[in-house]
Amino acid sequence: MPDTMNDRAVLIAGATSGIARALATELARQGARLYLTARDVEEAERIGRDLHVRYGAEVSWDHFEAEDYDAHALLLQGAKLAMGRLDGVIVAAGHLGDQARAQANFDHARRSINANFTGVASLLTHAANLFEQQGEGFIVALSSVAGDRGRQSNYVYGAAKGALSLFLQGLRNRLAPKGVHVLTVKPGFVDTRMTFGKAGLFLVAQPEAVARDVLRALGRRKDVLYTPGFWRWIMRAVRAIPESRFKRMAM
Amino acid sequence: MAIVERKLSGWGRYPVVQSRVQRPERLSALQELVARAGTGSLTARGAGRSYGDAALNSKGTTVLMGRLNRMLAFDEKTGLLRCEAGVTLEEILAVFVPRGWFLPVTPGTKHVTVGGAIAFDVHGKNHHCDGAFSSFVSGLKLLTASGEIVACTRSRNANLFRATVGGAGLTGFITEAAVTLRRIETSRIHLRRFKAQDLDDALSLFDEHEASYPYSVAWIDCLARGKALGRSLVMFGRHARRGELDARLRDDPLGYAPGTRFSVPFNLPGFALHPLAVKSFNAFYYARQRTREMTAITDLDPFFYPLDAIGQWNKLYGRRGFIQYQAVFPAATGRKALVEALNLTSRRGKGSFLAVLKRFGAASEGLLSFPLPGYTLALDVPVGRGLHVLIEGLNRIALAHGGRAYLAKDAYLTPDIFREMYPALPDFLEIKGAHDEGNIFSSMLARRLQLHHDPELKAAEVTVHA
Ligand SMILES: Cc1cc2nc3c(=O)[nH]c(=O)nc-3n(C[C@H](O)[C@H](O)[C@H](O)COP(=O)(O)OP(=O)(O)OC[C@H]3O[C@@H](n4cnc5c(N)ncnc54)[C@H](O)[C@@H]3O)c2cc1C
Ligand SMILES: NC(=O)c1ccc[n+]([C@@H]2O[C@H](COP(=O)([O-])OP(=O)(O)OC[C@H]3O[C@@H](n4cnc5c(N)ncnc54)[C@H](OP(=O)(O)O)[C@@H]3O)[C@@H](O)[C@H]2O)c1
Repeated sequence: MPDTMNDRAVLIAGATSGIARALATELARQGARLYLTARDVEEAERIGRDLHVRYGAEVSWDHFEAEDYDAHALLLQGAKLAMGRLDGVIVAAGHLGDQARAQANFDHARRSINANFTGVASLLTHAANLFEQQGEGFIVALSSVAGDRGRQSNYVYGAAKGALSLFLQGLRNRLAPKGVHVLTVKPGFVDTRMTFGKAGLFLVAQPEAVARDVLRALGRRKDVLYTPGFWRWIMRAVRAIPESRFKRMAM
Repeated sequence: MAIVERKLSGWGRYPVVQSRVQRPERLSALQELVARAGTGSLTARGAGRSYGDAALNSKGTTVLMGRLNRMLAFDEKTGLLRCEAGVTLEEILAVFVPRGWFLPVTPGTKHVTVGGAIAFDVHGKNHHCDGAFSSFVSGLKLLTASGEIVACTRSRNANLFRATVGGAGLTGFITEAAVTLRRIETSRIHLRRFKAQDLDDALSLFDEHEASYPYSVAWIDCLARGKALGRSLVMFGRHARRGELDARLRDDPLGYAPGTRFSVPFNLPGFALHPLAVKSFNAFYYARQRTREMTAITDLDPFFYPLDAIGQWNKLYGRRGFIQYQAVFPAATGRKALVEALNLTSRRGKGSFLAVLKRFGAASEGLLSFPLPGYTLALDVPVGRGLHVLIEGLNRIALAHGGRAYLAKDAYLTPDIFREMYPALPDFLEIKGAHDEGNIFSSMLARRLQLHHDPELKAAEVTVHA
């Protein structure tokens, strides 16, 4: 694979995510410069230092809270200032939440919706405007196969991810003519803290494999990536089930 | 943090136990585990390459350290690497060999973590001149039962340092370590290999060549008996200098692409180390080299990690396969002890053995560190009738000569013998008691060998375990 990310300046939001760490590692390996942002800045720093030691990558870190909407514009400016420019934004932040709790208590549901959708939409609104103005740039956001169809077991999370997918689709439609690339990533099950210990998972992928997939798709300017790839077919089958039957299935 | 129920074992596949497993992905999550431990117990697990029950806990929580693997700083001038304990030696090699640095000490597999290397104060082929892994650890950070992260060096919290190095993970979670790497000019090894006709021949080869080679090891043919006892291949190595490489390699002296196997005259036949093939291995291997002596330039991996090329070769360990045993015999009567041990194994073990002999130099300050000045013998022993008798016999030989068995490879030792083998145990237990009164840090090995500080608790735990 050609190292297409050499010298690119990339902001990652939710850098403490397992998938984000793998993405940052692959980016650093390819020579990218990184601005790692997360709620847990200390942890983002450890990840950043690691990439510096391993790959000599230029990395800085900052605070990112999805629900702190007012801070998002400033965050992008901070990244631009630190790296001299901004070529791409990757959003990994997300929150699986607990469906039962979300049903019982909307406060919990709202946190999930904000982390997965509202907060991401906020950050990406600023990023989109910046890139549109620049006439170049890329946006990668981690949605989920869960956003492809509402299911009783995780529809709050799924709805937020579904909304995110639609938002990204709209952004893509708006920004494609402006030379800005928008990549929607829909992972299946990935072996991170989010899924560790959860029952009923199958075909669990390693974050490193997902990261390689994402960067390959970015290099090829793909629009939507299912990763691992077979999830495209699984989700096609899931979506094809008529609603009249689907509503009675234990999903 | 989520908990997974999973069956786990050591590399030797005995014992296998149902375990409650957690996998922290950040430092604060590890701290939380300790804060919430209550009366439960915790066991750190690195890469699971110890053979026995050291990284197992059937009663408490087994904590996978592998995702706490961040390298935090590296000093290009001194070679000092500061990293988290979950970093593997394989990762260090991949990052640093191309930059001209090698591990200061490495065991026979690169699939171990820095935490595991410290917890058993592992040794390599250079122990006779460089000592064990801890010799190159200038400091570490330890998350103790109090929830504090304590910096330990030889001058600060020195007791905790001495108890943690070789301490089988029982003083706390090692979160970070500072390890000094070794500068190298090339990624190749200059190898010199001899056929030794018997034990004395092998030992005198060690005497003769160890001064000029930092790495040495002998593979002993355990089929050989009587006058041929100790017949072996004795191997010496040192890091090759650039000028010693042929033109093709000289352009890229630090090239390192393990996995893509490089064709070298010296090519440890991995398949032959497959335990089932051991029998033919001995004869085959010894016969392969026609001359008494040969030299070659070889890659790092085939020299240091011949077994890593075979992947899951440990499938042949366990109840029906083999077990690994290792002891050290002090220098004074080392030769005599080796003869006794080799005689016993060739008599009791139906001959199908592989043995690795190394010389150890000075001991480290680790209270439970394994190495002592003398000879160490590592054996693959087939499981079957007489196994326990054989191991007991080997332990007795070790004890009689003032030696000891290696905990990283043990699942059978009993507390009384263990205590005799490790005279610094009371000091260790005192330090453990001072920092971990409730024995939060425990393991099946700790229960088996009574590596807990409270005598009452000890007795109770052992009965339950039995
Ligand atoms: C093929 C092979 C060859 C080997 N050759 C050698 C050799 O030449 N020399 C030698 O000395 N050994 C050798 N070993 C043994 C091996 O080096 C040790 O058992 C080592 O401790 C394994 O490290 P690990 O990361 O797999 O640890 P594990 O096996 O997972 O754990 C070992 C111990 O370390 C503790 N531990 C792990 N991480 C931490 C942490 N972060 N904090 C506190 N405690 C921790 C565990 O609790 C446990 O007590 C060999 C093993 C194999 C399989
Ligand atoms: N793992 C899977 O199987 C899977 C499948 C499909 C999609 N995804 C998506 O992939 C992305 C990465 O997930 P992962 O698997 O790597 O899980 P992860 O390790 O749990 O990462 C989730 C990340 O989101 C951050 N986050 C949560 N709420 C936040 C908030 N309010 N503000 C800022 N950051 C917040 C977390 O920050 P903290 O560290 O501070 O908690 C963490 O960095 C997520 O969007 C997830 O939904 C994952």
